[in-house]
Amino acid sequence: MQGFGDAFAAAFALIVGFDADLVEIVALSLRVTLSAVFIACLIGFPLGAALAVGRFPLRGMLTILVNALMGLPPVVVGLGVYLMLSRAGPLGVLNLLYTPTAMIIAQAILVTPIVAALTRQIVADLDTEYHETLRSMGAGRGARMATLLWDGRFALMTAALAGLGRALAEVGAVMIVGGNIDHVTRVMTTAIALETSKGELATALGLGIVLMVLSIALNALLMGAKATSERMAHA
Amino acid sequence: MRFLLAAALFATPAMATDYIVVQSTTSTANSGLYDAILPEYAKTSDTQVRVVAVGTGQALRNARNCDGDVLLVHAKAAEQAFVSEGYGVARHDLMYNDFVLVGPAEDPADTQGLGIHDALAAIAAVRAPFVSRGDDSGTHKKERALWADTDTDPTDDSGRWYRETGSGMGATLNIATGMGAYTLTDRATWIAFANKGDTRILSEGDEALFNQYGIILVNPAKCPSVKADTAQDFIDWMLSPTGQSAIAAHTRDGEQLFFPNAE
Amino acid sequence: MLRLVQNTPPPVALRLDDVGLCRGGRMVLDGLSLDVPAQGITAIMGPNGAGKSLSLRIMAGLIAPEAGTCTHDLSGKQDIALVFQKPVLLRRTVRANLAHALAIYGVPRAKRKARIADLLDFGRLGAIADSPARALSGGEQQRVAMVRALAAKPKLLLLDEPTASLDPQATDAIETLIRDTAAAGAAIVLVTHDRGQATRLADHIRFMHRGQLVEAAPAAQFMLAQKSPEAQAYLSGHLLL
Repeated sequence: MQGFGDAFAAAFALIVGFDADLVEIVALSLRVTLSAVFIACLIGFPLGAALAVGRFPLRGMLTILVNALMGLPPVVVGLGVYLMLSRAGPLGVLNLLYTPTAMIIAQAILVTPIVAALTRQIVADLDTEYHETLRSMGAGRGARMATLLWDGRFALMTAALAGLGRALAEVGAVMIVGGNIDHVTRVMTTAIALETSKGELATALGLGIVLMVLSIALNALLMGAKATSERMAHA
Repeated sequence: MRFLLAAALFATPAMATDYIVVQSTTSTANSGLYDAILPEYAKTSDTQVRVVAVGTGQALRNARNCDGDVLLVHAKAAEQAFVSEGYGVARHDLMYNDFVLVGPAEDPADTQGLGIHDALAAIAAVRAPFVSRGDDSGTHKKERALWADTDTDPTDDSGRWYRETGSGMGATLNIATGMGAYTLTDRATWIAFANKGDTRILSEGDEALFNQYGIILVNPAKCPSVKADTAQDFIDWMLSPTGQSAIAAHTRDGEQLFFPNAE
Repeated sequence: MLRLVQNTPPPVALRLDDVGLCRGGRMVLDGLSLDVPAQGITAIMGPNGAGKSLSLRIMAGLIAPEAGTCTHDLSGKQDIALVFQKPVLLRRTVRANLAHALAIYGVPRAKRKARIADLLDFGRLGAIADSPARALSGGEQQRVAMVRALAAKPKLLLLDEPTASLDPQATDAIETLIRDTAAAGAAIVLVTHDRGQATRLADHIRFMHRGQLVEAAPAAQFMLAQKSPEAQAYLSGHLLL
């Protein structure tokens, strides 16, 4: 049995050796995940704010739906996107299956409900504080949403980070729509799954350690940026 | 920050202008066959070969959805059906190896050296744990065919001594090693598999364990997206003396994994 | 001559007529009729629970009265501005708070810079213009809130106990700001508990008790002698039960 010692040795060798394949895989992971989270924020922030302060039919139903979709299994999202993007599917002509774009789409779908649901909570909490003031100023719903989103920007970063964690960790969706094609759609998590299926457990765990280090570094970076800017804004 | 995100979003890596997608069984990919032979093919062609490694069953389904140009799997009956239904242009024998029965070194069912049918019957007789792929893959199809030739229908005991993992070969081997169970695997995956633990080959060499791989061009008449010319070029190369000897040259630990037998 | 002046009703900025409002099964405003003169500072006084803050919110249009009417001919939504007891400033600099308000009030981008400079000057906020608003002292925050309300150039400014939790220096700064605003021509309604503040600032007094108007009088006259027993008791320091 291969132990943790081998895993750490493998991780160390991967990082220190600055393995070209590893760099490529890490770069693609970052590109796919950051793009997906970026898109999820573009949709999730305004959607969450609308759910928090908007008044429209089915708002309650939509809120429940968004909350429920937070628990969507990645494999289900992957299958859904596969069926859409497959040549036999409605969007097959776009020729996106087995490309990083397909992976970005799948992860964006996976992450958007998380960002939207957390945004709804953050904006709703802030709205209880701002509601009267903004109304007394005669701010319309759009202006209120914009104000609340901007003033909740530090808390919203936490929502984005939660989405980032989910996207960085998932394998089910990117495996199906990306195909884990070497040099094209292989990312950290699919590489880990592949090494596991080869029985190369130390390498798989080593990659896992690299992924964790990456995740910690990314979080530290963003939390640091958040703390600094928050201090400057005294929010 | 925004700039970085935007850059990440819109940057696209350098991609080969022309590529084909091969829907492949996992055993070929996991045992490193493509890593060994694709660089050889690259010497004669600019076409990038993108391999999607999934179980044979899923590879066939994906190809039916036109999500690939070439199919490389190991389930002859299913492959012939694929072609006769019009999804494939023609099926060619590409190479073969064989399946082996692996299991714990202590071998509680005393299968060592038995023919495969007797070995399976012995396992069923003592109800020793056996893990099955359970995923409609080529290996799974073969395993069910072998059981069908015995008196036992192991699925009656599914969940007891007969465990269906619904996973790939590697995951199934990891489970077999972890729980000291028997399982059927293709030899290439087995040789390349790194987490063997106390698991050993116990039954091999039976004629019934023959494992034929086929290669098929997905039919452009059914799937207009198929890049027929470049895909056919790849298939022709695989079947050519150059391709066949590249397959034969692929070894792990000094053992040849696949034996070319194109006609 | 004197008689003639008294018979001409003074111009009115806003009038509540027989307003009723129910909260938690209790009539908190019960037939409240009250007028706000168009000139000067009107102080609304009364014990806690008299309905002063709620009537201010009705004037601001934040709450619709369940009975009665609130009438004024201040057509624009920005003609009435409200400052709360506890100011809620945005998590931005003072300057950005004012810029945000001007944007909401529809002031064109090109004009905002000059308006912000004027407002900072008016509120004597120049030194802290680029400080994060939330890091300021309570008095400074209230001054920013006042100036932000003035960004709308309101014709009627409603102040809900703006100095309730401030020290004397901060209170003095706010009172100066209130006087300056009144001098600039806006009508002001000031809800206050503080008899001294009413004496210092108010031109008119409206005394409320249990959701109704009990007494309305010019400030000087009211401070000398209250007609109603409730106002007398309140100003003598008795609890109005």
